[in-house]
Amino acid sequence: MHGFANPARFLRMARWLMPLMLVPGLILAFGAVAWGLFMVPPDRLMGQTVRILFIHVPSAWLGMAGWSTIAIASLVELVWRHPLAGIAARAAAVPGAAFTAICLATGSIWARPTWGTWWVWDGRLTSFLILLFLYFGYIALAGAAQRDAAAGEGASRVTAIFGLVGAVNIPIINRSVVWWNSLHQPPSITAGKSSIDAAFLYPLLIAALGFTLIFGGLVLARMRMLLAEIQTEARLRRKAMA
Amino acid sequence: MNTQTKPPMIKAKHQRLVLIVFAVAALIGAGLLAAYALSKQAAYFYLPSELVAKPPEAGRAVRLGGMVEKGSIKTQPDGVTINFFVKDDKARVPVRFSGITPDLFVEGSGVVAEGRMEGTTFVADNLLAKHDEKYVPREMKNMSTAEAKAVISETK
Repeated sequence: MHGFANPARFLRMARWLMPLMLVPGLILAFGAVAWGLFMVPPDRLMGQTVRILFIHVPSAWLGMAGWSTIAIASLVELVWRHPLAGIAARAAAVPGAAFTAICLATGSIWARPTWGTWWVWDGRLTSFLILLFLYFGYIALAGAAQRDAAAGEGASRVTAIFGLVGAVNIPIINRSVVWWNSLHQPPSITAGKSSIDAAFLYPLLIAALGFTLIFGGLVLARMRMLLAEIQTEARLRRKAMA
Repeated sequence: MNTQTKPPMIKAKHQRLVLIVFAVAALIGAGLLAAYALSKQAAYFYLPSELVAKPPEAGRAVRLGGMVEKGSIKTQPDGVTINFFVKDDKARVPVRFSGITPDLFVEGSGVVAEGRMEGTTFVADNLLAKHDEKYVPREMKNMSTAEAKAVISETK
């Protein structure tokens, strides 16, 4: 893993890996969403509104995958002091927050015609809203830590610790519909089993793959951006000294 | 820990790994225990059997969630009031509601009613339809799984 600790080598790899993820990701996501919008039959109860499934569910998975990325990268940063791990964690925060927000917005739009309400404070919805607030907190904290580091106060580990602590919410989101009576239905896809008809399941899985590739591409793009920022700052500081 | 007597000490990163893994495991354990202990308070609604076993005091706003019993929806002569039964596998509760029902409110499907107990009847101010975890196209809802599979394989 420390083979990629060299930012120059990482940047060389990211340069071709990023479009390799973004382009197929966009094609797959657009294709699957178009499939879901125009070709999938209406659901027996929900009718046409079932089509929002193909955006809502992949966004929900990636909102949670985003924080899982932050948590794992934070662990690597704290334990192995890997120089790129902290950057990877910070790079995952904004795309993760965006997918979380998309999931909450589409869920709310979906809930109005199906459940009869825009929002309820049940376990699933509340824990997912908390996830969005955790992202906001993380982004603010990472920004503050970066400004402190730039001001020469030394790298702070508090961002990584927050990333690890916030991971507590992820299993709670996952279990919320099982432990508590909630308006949100229990999971449709569990290990090896699915109660989603094949007509909906295939476009959903392809959409999820496409969204995941887009997420990976965005994280790489943001890592390149953060590394470039650090380089610029260091160069400016050297100039100011000289 | 006799790390001072033995020169090849535990590496700092291994120490950090063990420390952090324990801290995170303890934290997640605490979080899950707390969330699990909340299970009754954090429940969004009562099940019919819970409502029958421990009825809340009359007039207190509660939510009741369960299945709409098949064949139980009766529209009153005024045209907007409906009566139906909400049941789970152990109990059934009669419900009265006046107003417009959501699209997914059908017999045999899940519902969450917001309201209060009046005697033995639950008077609902608001109905929320609960979707189950199944997604099935309209044409296939009356077919058995085997029939649906046959249709899917034919259209491929």
